[in-house]
Amino acid sequence: MLAALKNNPKIRRRAIVALVVAALVVWAALSLHLHWSLVATATLTAVFGVDAMYFAIAAIGLNVQFGYSGLLNFGQAGFMACGAYAIGMTAHYWHISFWWGIPMAIAYATVFGLIMGIPTLRLRSDYLAIVTIALAELVRVIVRSVTFKKYFNASDGINGFGKTFIETTPFNQSGRYSLWPFDDSVNLFGRVLLLIIFAGMSVMLGRLIAERIRRDNKALRLVSPFVMFGIVMVGAKQTEYGGLGFKSLIVGWLVVFVLGFLVYMLMRSPWGRVLKGIREDEEAVRSLGKNIYSYKLQALILGGAIATFAGMMFSLSRGSVQPDNYSRDTTFFVLTALVLGGLAKVTGSIVGPMVYWGLSQFLSVFLFELTKAGGGRVELLGIPIISNSSQIGAYVQIALGLMLVLLMVFRPQGLFGNRREMALDGR
Amino acid sequence: MAAETVKTTLSETATAARAALSGVEAIPGAEKPDPVMTAVGVRRSFGGIVAVDVDRVEIQRGSITALIGPNGAGKTTFFNLMTGFDTPDTGTWSFNGTSLEKVAAHKTAAMGMVRTFQLTKSLTKMSVIENMKLGATDQSGEKWWNGILPFRWRAEEHAIEARADELLTRFSLGHMRNEYAGTLSGGQRKLLEMSRALMTRPQLVMLDEPMAGVNPALKQSLNHHIRGLRDEGMTVLFVEHDMDMVHDLSDWVIVMAEGRIIAEGTPDQISSNTAVIDAYLGAHQGKSFLEDM
Repeated sequence: MLAALKNNPKIRRRAIVALVVAALVVWAALSLHLHWSLVATATLTAVFGVDAMYFAIAAIGLNVQFGYSGLLNFGQAGFMACGAYAIGMTAHYWHISFWWGIPMAIAYATVFGLIMGIPTLRLRSDYLAIVTIALAELVRVIVRSVTFKKYFNASDGINGFGKTFIETTPFNQSGRYSLWPFDDSVNLFGRVLLLIIFAGMSVMLGRLIAERIRRDNKALRLVSPFVMFGIVMVGAKQTEYGGLGFKSLIVGWLVVFVLGFLVYMLMRSPWGRVLKGIREDEEAVRSLGKNIYSYKLQALILGGAIATFAGMMFSLSRGSVQPDNYSRDTTFFVLTALVLGGLAKVTGSIVGPMVYWGLSQFLSVFLFELTKAGGGRVELLGIPIISNSSQIGAYVQIALGLMLVLLMVFRPQGLFGNRREMALDGR
Repeated sequence: MAAETVKTTLSETATAARAALSGVEAIPGAEKPDPVMTAVGVRRSFGGIVAVDVDRVEIQRGSITALIGPNGAGKTTFFNLMTGFDTPDTGTWSFNGTSLEKVAAHKTAAMGMVRTFQLTKSLTKMSVIENMKLGATDQSGEKWWNGILPFRWRAEEHAIEARADELLTRFSLGHMRNEYAGTLSGGQRKLLEMSRALMTRPQLVMLDEPMAGVNPALKQSLNHHIRGLRDEGMTVLFVEHDMDMVHDLSDWVIVMAEGRIIAEGTPDQISSNTAVIDAYLGAHQGKSFLEDM
């Protein structure tokens, strides 16, 4: 590293710029007199939070469809609703154990995928995009309509399902919990589980980052997972969750890793190879004797079935199913988080949502604290920027949008995508 | 000079193919002794334009057949119709005696009929070797429930990879094995597409302008590779505009113009056929550009 700093002017310049930026940020942070520990806790809680967790599941599914197979699915919220309502209906309509929700969700996703795919997958991909967006909205309109109140309880949503999951939580509903493995509230099993998850995550991320910095530096590859582990542990200590949310989190992140591993294995198999081929050129794959229609349908349904787990975990974490949680916005936020992380990479689909929610939470808490410190208003160079804390939401959206535009300009492959693959696009 | 050397080094299979075709009458729709593909009354129109209207055509097994004709003659449409990428309005066509009516495009490849495209379709964001491995048909790992269980397809994968490597070496792409297909040159992509098609273990290889945009040196090697296919017992049908190549390579030539087959015959017979000269240059032209053949 040091030798590189000495010999390579490009790396030296970058290091200087990074140092200057870091110094400026620290100076600005110290001079602002904010409750930085509050901002840090809120940000890190969001990074590992329920929103990031269920977005990650949905993004893993969307990655199968969009990232690997090139299917422009804008109806992921519809698949998520399939999961949420499958689990909700076990209590509201069928009156059976909530475990039946899982096979039912997969069945719903299959039917929904078939309805979506059969008429459109023979056509060009933009037709699929239009149909998926419409069908997902249709699902939302149906479940919130009064006509079907008997099945879906209309706009009231469904509560009181999954009693076994929600009531048997080992954590105190009113307690506060962190992901710090050595917290008093965590038992031995929980400790081991958390450590395994964090270790796995650190190895995965550490290796990827090491490869991005210097491709064949063995020492860096060896050290960076440990550095990453340190960062993750310090981060985990800062987090703070309520009792029910905490249980959903642990179960949910396990689901993320299981599904992520499943997709990782599938995409390394000949099956995944066919999907990637279809993304590149359908006709070529067809000429080689593959039934592309069937493969596209399989990808759509598999991605959708994965997304149902997002709906299920989200509903379980709040103990309620609400139709308006599955609107178009959800689809596009998931898509945004996925693109941020990087398409066609399992790591990207998991880290993207974490960064997305971390950033969004950081911005809103930071701006809130700034407004509070400024006595309810923020001025920049004498120009009033925020005059009311209710304006913060809009500013967060603006800032996130701006960051995404910059990301697309300077790093179109996302955080973990492959730059070389992106460069081949235009040819 | 070049033509003479070719004549003297005719391979066994080439001699056999030419002998089998020597008794065939040089008329459009001529019946062949052992056709691998037969099309009867195939017609396809786009709106008011009749793109293909073929009364009868047969492709002799084990031969190299060239399909020539001016631009817009319907050669590529004919390819699409035969391989299931498009459906004719009327007509029947069969491969190895099996009717291909209502057979989907992906099934024709499994039956042993593979095609390449005029505009090369290399899967740019996949490595060359992945491109090749995709070509193998009937892989058990291509079913999703097997995909998650590597032990169920690993042995097969190794065999496929070995075969792919062998083909890559033969087509002098071995050194590009792990590169993205998108980094290949135009000529290399043609080679990749052809070798990928061979991964399906075809009986009939249909090449749509394999030489287009390829430099002369590479053309010679492609030429050599296509002959090699015949030596291995495959039948080749190819579309080409370079008359020297056609004359050099093919055992039989089929000429299309305005969707119809206007002439058939050995390369020598075709180069002196007035109907062909008219088709290429328009009727009432005095001089033939095919003279120098």
